[in-house]
Amino acid sequence: MAAVQDGQVESDAEKETKPDASNDVAGNSSGGARSMSPNAASSASGAAKAAAPTGPGEQQTLLAVLQFLKRSKLLESVDILRREAGLSDELDESQTNDGAAAGSGAGSQGEGSVDAASLLRRVSVGGAAATNIAATTTSKGAEDQPDVSIVLSAYSQQGDPALYQVYYSGLKNFIESVLDCHRAELSQLFYPLFVHMYLELVYNNHEHEAKVFFEKFSGDQECYYRDDLRVLSGLTKKEHMKGNETLLDFRTSKFVLRISRDSYQLLKRHLQERQNNQIWLIIQEHLYIDIFDGMPRSKSQIDSMSGSLAGEARREANKAKVYYGLLKEPEIEVPLDDEDDEAENEEGKPKKKKPKKDNLGSKNKKQDPNAPQQNRIPLPELKDSDKLDKIMSMKEATKKIRLGPDTLPSICFYTFLNAYQGLTSVDVTDDSSLIAGGFADSTVRVWSVTPKKLRKVKSAADLNLIDKEADDVLERIMDEKTASESKILYGHSGPVYGISFSPDRNYLLSSSEDGTVRLWSLQTFTCLVGYKGHNYPVWDTQFSPYGYYFVSGGHDRIARLWATDHYQPLRMFAGHLADITCTHFHPNSNYVATGSADRTVRLWDVLNGNCVRIFSGHKGPIHSLAFSPNGKYVASGATDGRVLLWDIGHGLMIGELKGHTDTVYALKFSRDGEILASGSMDGTVRLWDALKAFDVETDDFTAATGHIHLPDNSQELLLGTYMTKSTPVIHLHFTRRNLLLAAGGYNSQ
Amino acid sequence: MAEREERRFAEVSRDSVKLMAESAGVEVGDEVAALLAEDVCYRLREAAQNSSQFMRHAKRRKLTVEDFNRALRWSNVEAVCGYGAQDALPFRPAKEGELFFVEDRDVNLVNLALATNIPNGCAETMVRVHVSYLDGKGNLEPQGTVPSAVQSLSEDLLKYYQQITRAILGEDPHLMKVALLDLQTNSKIAALLPYFVYVISGVKSVSHDLEQLNRLLHMVKSLVQNPYLYLGSYVRSLVSSVMYCILEPLAASINPLNDHWTLRDYAALLLSHIFWTHGDLVSGLYHQILLSLQKVLSDPVRPLCSHYGAVVGLHALGWKAVERVLYPHLPAYWANLQAVLDDYSVSNAQVKADGHKVYGAILVAVERLLKMKALSLSKPAEGGVGGQQGTAGGVLGFRESSPGLSPPPEPLSEAGLGIASHLQAGGAGCPWEDWTPVPLPAMYCELYSFFGDSLAVRFSTGPELEGCLPALPCQPADARKETVANAAAGLDNSRKMPQLTANLNISPRPDGSPHTEPPPPSLAATIPGRPFARSSSSSSSVQRRSSSSRPGQRSAGPSRDVFPKARFPPPQAGPPSFSFLIGGRQMGRRCQGRRFQTSFGPQPPLASLPPRAYAHKLPVIGRVSKPVRRWTCSHYSLHLPL
Repeated sequence: MAAVQDGQVESDAEKETKPDASNDVAGNSSGGARSMSPNAASSASGAAKAAAPTGPGEQQTLLAVLQFLKRSKLLESVDILRREAGLSDELDESQTNDGAAAGSGAGSQGEGSVDAASLLRRVSVGGAAATNIAATTTSKGAEDQPDVSIVLSAYSQQGDPALYQVYYSGLKNFIESVLDCHRAELSQLFYPLFVHMYLELVYNNHEHEAKVFFEKFSGDQECYYRDDLRVLSGLTKKEHMKGNETLLDFRTSKFVLRISRDSYQLLKRHLQERQNNQIWLIIQEHLYIDIFDGMPRSKSQIDSMSGSLAGEARREANKAKVYYGLLKEPEIEVPLDDEDDEAENEEGKPKKKKPKKDNLGSKNKKQDPNAPQQNRIPLPELKDSDKLDKIMSMKEATKKIRLGPDTLPSICFYTFLNAYQGLTSVDVTDDSSLIAGGFADSTVRVWSVTPKKLRKVKSAADLNLIDKEADDVLERIMDEKTASESKILYGHSGPVYGISFSPDRNYLLSSSEDGTVRLWSLQTFTCLVGYKGHNYPVWDTQFSPYGYYFVSGGHDRIARLWATDHYQPLRMFAGHLADITCTHFHPNSNYVATGSADRTVRLWDVLNGNCVRIFSGHKGPIHSLAFSPNGKYVASGATDGRVLLWDIGHGLMIGELKGHTDTVYALKFSRDGEILASGSMDGTVRLWDALKAFDVETDDFTAATGHIHLPDNSQELLLGTYMTKSTPVIHLHFTRRNLLLAAGGYNSQ
Repeated sequence: MAEREERRFAEVSRDSVKLMAESAGVEVGDEVAALLAEDVCYRLREAAQNSSQFMRHAKRRKLTVEDFNRALRWSNVEAVCGYGAQDALPFRPAKEGELFFVEDRDVNLVNLALATNIPNGCAETMVRVHVSYLDGKGNLEPQGTVPSAVQSLSEDLLKYYQQITRAILGEDPHLMKVALLDLQTNSKIAALLPYFVYVISGVKSVSHDLEQLNRLLHMVKSLVQNPYLYLGSYVRSLVSSVMYCILEPLAASINPLNDHWTLRDYAALLLSHIFWTHGDLVSGLYHQILLSLQKVLSDPVRPLCSHYGAVVGLHALGWKAVERVLYPHLPAYWANLQAVLDDYSVSNAQVKADGHKVYGAILVAVERLLKMKALSLSKPAEGGVGGQQGTAGGVLGFRESSPGLSPPPEPLSEAGLGIASHLQAGGAGCPWEDWTPVPLPAMYCELYSFFGDSLAVRFSTGPELEGCLPALPCQPADARKETVANAAAGLDNSRKMPQLTANLNISPRPDGSPHTEPPPPSLAATIPGRPFARSSSSSSSVQRRSSSSRPGQRSAGPSRDVFPKARFPPPQAGPPSFSFLIGGRQMGRRCQGRRFQTSFGPQPPLASLPPRAYAHKLPVIGRVSKPVRRWTCSHYSLHLPL
């Protein structure tokens, strides 16, 4: 009955988060953040779940609870719950016709002869799936175990194993014989049905039948599911299913299909005529069919969106309003040459980490209508040194080269020589003065790329001797004896997979296979904090463009938002169905994007932990992300060598850049957003015309339906391909003057 | 079991499981073993699957043992130790039975501990930046290749560098040889190249020490010959060092006892070697060299040894260079040289001796020029590619024949008078037919006006040329210099070397008679360069010779009759093979060229006679004090040790 309690916890969590949110808005930087932390952190998954609007899933959960209470003759409780949840009687009985096939399935069975226990089980599963409890799998540990068996037991009802092939090929014949316009849409059914039927066979110990089934139909599946099929084919025993996370993902989440109403009717009629209950059951239980009115989509339209582990995103998942605009920069007195002060501010919009600005629309000169409230997320106040740095960056920005298709950037390559221990990650400070590398031997190394050497602060005893009134006290505190070109930071006990400089260059974050994220001081070159929370490898971490916050994500499928002065996470973003491979902050620091091995990109709201966007379309694990400087777009690169461009506001894919032949490990927009640079394992840096790529008008129809038409113009957009010297490109960076820096480790092997 | 094999997975057989169980002291039944085997397979696959993500995040393409161990560790399985090596482990079958194992050789720790070549530690990890693309365009450095010097100078390399330089510049000749040989064959010294080039550029600081200069030049040679080195733009630096040795009035030249002439000769050879093998690395190198040589030559203030260097340098670069630079410059230069040679004062003795050296060098150069030109004219039809190769081959053969500083090998030396060039020309076509500013006859006329008899002697091996001279009047020469107008008739004695007239008892008009004989017009086109093919023409030339009033020629006459033929023992077989052998500037071709040379090595006995016949006359040109024998060396013997 754990599931039921879960449901109650959820509603509690929902209540709790509300005051939190208001606190955040009101509070100042540190105070607000502190108020954020305790509740949100304690109700870890609550924060995420609370976000989801009371959808069909939650309603089902409530219904199931009601059923249970009724069965247990707890009529008083029934009344109370009904009152509190605001459920009417008829809602209890009849089904919400929101198109959720699962809902109808559950309902019909509830009314039928099936006993309530099994209903409960299934309903709770549905609820879990709807609210995306991916956290179930790893973070909670033992608590999960009942869940797993529940999930798997959904397979217990079975038909005649020998008939599975007949069912499947019957459906196949049907789909192949329907009109062309419907065929593409209905073909989407093949893969999920195939997988579920195969798993059912395996689960019920029909090993031989499963094998025959697999061999007969695995060839029909789209090529981009090859990796998944390989995993599946290795799985032949019921016992194996228990520990397999990929499989659990498949079970816990409903595979989402988008099908036009006509096609759906066609399918439904066919299945009813044939009395093909087995397939109908699977569709009802494990598939979520998102029905839309209008023209069926074409094959290419479908292909461009499919490929993720759990199908496409539901339409409503991408409907939430996202404030993608940039924050207004604080006014700073700029002792600059006589230039238009306002223009200066505009120019200097960039802060340190992400000095991105919108040159396309200068509308956000004052306040971008799409920008979030200035204090939506409490941000740290600027220190004097920050202001100085800002002024520096503005000065630099005035000397910036205006890039375009005709004026491509010069490229400098930072080669890590003799990196026998294996270079795994690189970061460059915004002002391009420091470069850091994370290595597989658990070390982090920091280099100064300017003549200025790295120095430690003197020891406490020595610091006491310093004249604190001196003008050059900042200079005096440095220990000249420690000056060197590079420093090595020891502390991790596993490969360092992600590193990130703080915007003020005082700190460095590193995430490692050992499950920790560490914060290092670049003044003393020591470790300050080890953030423990991910119990599994942490694949990536990144500082917010305004400092203070940072995000991390790893093998446990949960992205965590931290503040440097809290040892526990402030938010946990749960929902991905596989490892989170990369994390990125939106330039306005209000959102976090995560890329995952489930082949989706998700955008999370830092304020409330909601998942506000799910982008599906990649055919392989995503390894790089980049926001455009104006915050409107995000680019993602994956192992399939493709770079996809997404419009955050509309929640749509707007471009596909094909060209790389291997994993894209690095993406970066130029300072003005005209050029997108991508670096790959194949040892090339490619430059793309970002302006042209984004120059697609999104009409209302497309925005409403989410049906996209991608022009295949990668070749036109590709401005140049630049070979490295046998070196994979794992980091890209545009200096403040738009010089492109690339970095990678040369390895002769 | 059998049916599962179709699934393209690694399988652990039931037997293996049983074996493992037995070794652990457990008895398992067939059924259990089968189940276990299947489970093990699955777990292995799972671990492999999981390990791949560690590989991906480490941004590698290669799955390592370490990745696999991490996957095992995260699934709470003990890691496999002992396989962390980066290199691939050989997995080999045992002879009997289907048993496979990872080879694990014994390591002799004693040997390892006492080994003298202690492996150096890894070089420091570092970041290096280089501008790869300027404004989106690639820079000059070729991209897409492995950086040539990935490692910075390791300690070992530094030590090597020190040892090598010390050995080469040190006292021990044996050590030097070893060092030079290593420099020539070592494949791992690319990183040191700039350092060596720098050392070599130190020639300027040791210009007082011939020995050191010599050693440095040897170093250049070794570097140039090292097939693993890409000299790139360092060619320029090397060339400038070599040029320094050729052209500069070295401090060592002040002492007349120092044999700096040899050094210059060797440097000139080296220059041509560098030019022909690496000249393509630097554009415009040829013209730059020519220009600087010309500058030295035209500078009367320079000492004679510099002029000598310029002449041998030009000579080494091929007859084309001589024709372009030396020949047009000769009239102007002649006056200076003559002044030196005419001065009999005691104080001038040394300078005069130097002047003789220059004279000899010029003579050799122009002779070759004439010879090659004659041959080139003779084969206009064969022109084209063969022609260019011909010249190249000529120079190469020339270089090859004297690989070291030592005098060229004896076999060749006896052949005398440009046998090499003659032979090669036999197979070579006409190079650059279009670039012929001065027609051969006119050129000969003019040269003859300078050198008189001494030139004719050398040129006489191709006697038909003289025959063709009268066919073409000497107008060009006239136009250029009226003093040469009657040169054909040998009237202008005043311009000849004073020594020739003063010391020699030969007539100044040896070739006067041929001029009067109108040769058949067809002869000019067909004859030259093919003495071996037509014995009739050579005999006619002999007739002409004998008719000439030269006393010295009498004795030489019969031998000369033999001479052209003797040089080509199988005359009929000759031409085709020549045209192939002489050839290009490629390494392979060069080897051919060398073989070619050696194949003619055995003939010197035949050829040795004629040179000696007129050798007695030659000493007067050079230093009288030197033994006659020395001058019988090959046609470039003039600039070899005295």
